[in-house]
Amino acid sequence: MSGIHDLEQLIRVHPFSQGMSDEHINMLKGCAKNVCFRQGAFLFKEGEDAETFYWIRTGKVAMELHAPPKGTIQIDSRTAGDALGWSWIVEPYRWFCDARAVEEVRALTFNGVCLRGKFDQDPRLAHEMYRRFVPLIHRSLQATQLQLLDVYGAN
Amino acid sequence: MEQIEVVHVPKAEGMTGDPMVPRPVSIRELQHETHDTFTLTLEPPDRDQGLPFIPGQFTMLYLFGNGEVPISISGDPAAPMRLVHTIRAVGSVTRPLQDMQRGSMLGVRGPFGTGWPVEEARGKDIVIVAGGIGLAPLRPLIYHLLGQREDYGRVSILYGARSPADILYRRELESWGGRFDVDVSVIIDHAATDWYGDVGVVTALLGKVRCDAGNTIAMTCGPEIMMRFAARELNDLGVPDEQIYVSMERNMQCAVGMCGHCQYGPTFVCKDGPVFRLDRIKPFFSIREI
Repeated sequence: MSGIHDLEQLIRVHPFSQGMSDEHINMLKGCAKNVCFRQGAFLFKEGEDAETFYWIRTGKVAMELHAPPKGTIQIDSRTAGDALGWSWIVEPYRWFCDARAVEEVRALTFNGVCLRGKFDQDPRLAHEMYRRFVPLIHRSLQATQLQLLDVYGAN
Repeated sequence: MEQIEVVHVPKAEGMTGDPMVPRPVSIRELQHETHDTFTLTLEPPDRDQGLPFIPGQFTMLYLFGNGEVPISISGDPAAPMRLVHTIRAVGSVTRPLQDMQRGSMLGVRGPFGTGWPVEEARGKDIVIVAGGIGLAPLRPLIYHLLGQREDYGRVSILYGARSPADILYRRELESWGGRFDVDVSVIIDHAATDWYGDVGVVTALLGKVRCDAGNTIAMTCGPEIMMRFAARELNDLGVPDEQIYVSMERNMQCAVGMCGHCQYGPTFVCKDGPVFRLDRIKPFFSIREI
């Protein structure tokens, strides 16, 4: 029981769950696991089925694309307190890039298939999660557009 | 006989002599920072007093035979005997400047313009947001804050660069980051796999800054679009425009508000700026024609 309690606590203290109801935290818990990735390990790879997402507790994750002949390029990063991955809510549920632990990463991982099933049972949970993920997607899109401007390049 | 009107040329704070007449200075040291950026250390024109300045001010550097450019002073305001400028080699004056030798002569006018609000910021949390070469005009401010650290609250320095190779003052950033009383975060647009830091845009760092928004002074310098978005993020954190300062860049030529080349709405960047409180210029921030 203590393990389950710990999992619930870990969900509750993560910034991404702030303001979430007990009922929804309980539903999330049923799809959650506490995981650890050693430095250099991949959380997921481009093209794989996106069946999970992560709430990072500690450590740093680099999001990378392999782009020959340039090699592998880091395009974004996530650190403690961040959520990682939204491909699990967008068909065809496939990862767009690689995610590699730059340093040891401790995170909560959620099974997207499990959660999508719960969305069908409780649309309020789906709304709650979309309400949290859409700003994340929005901010990431805006950041990407700024990066595309290459604002620090010579005029 | 034609009558000539004598025009009074105003002097900026810290200026001595005629503001329109360049004073000769020699290059003491030239140090390459990145592939296109270098730092010039000049012998000040006044060997007794040096060139006192307020963090955020700029000078006009004159490369004889080529022209004059406005460059922010990037040295330590507590060490006015070292006149330091960090310059990006992008134009017809700054490119040949990087090939100058030690002992070569330049002309200097100034210092000109307004500075960062170091007095108003006393006792408050400080958030510094810099992008690219925008760190250079902020470095004198950082020296000042670190030199009088006990006078200020939390100090956060957020710096965005294009790639790891483009990080300016890398050793100093590492040194500042090693202190227990300053938070330093560096983020870059993109990197190879040997980069262990953050990747993304500098505004993304603002969400994790620790500060008391109501008692914070934020100071930002970098590409204008970066400052615009940084200001919005700061507003979202609860920092109002009255507590945000930006350093603007325009085509400054006379540096004393006479020629009008750097007009920005009802202001002149050279004399009313380059450091502005955001609420005073915000109406012009998004106007394309300005």
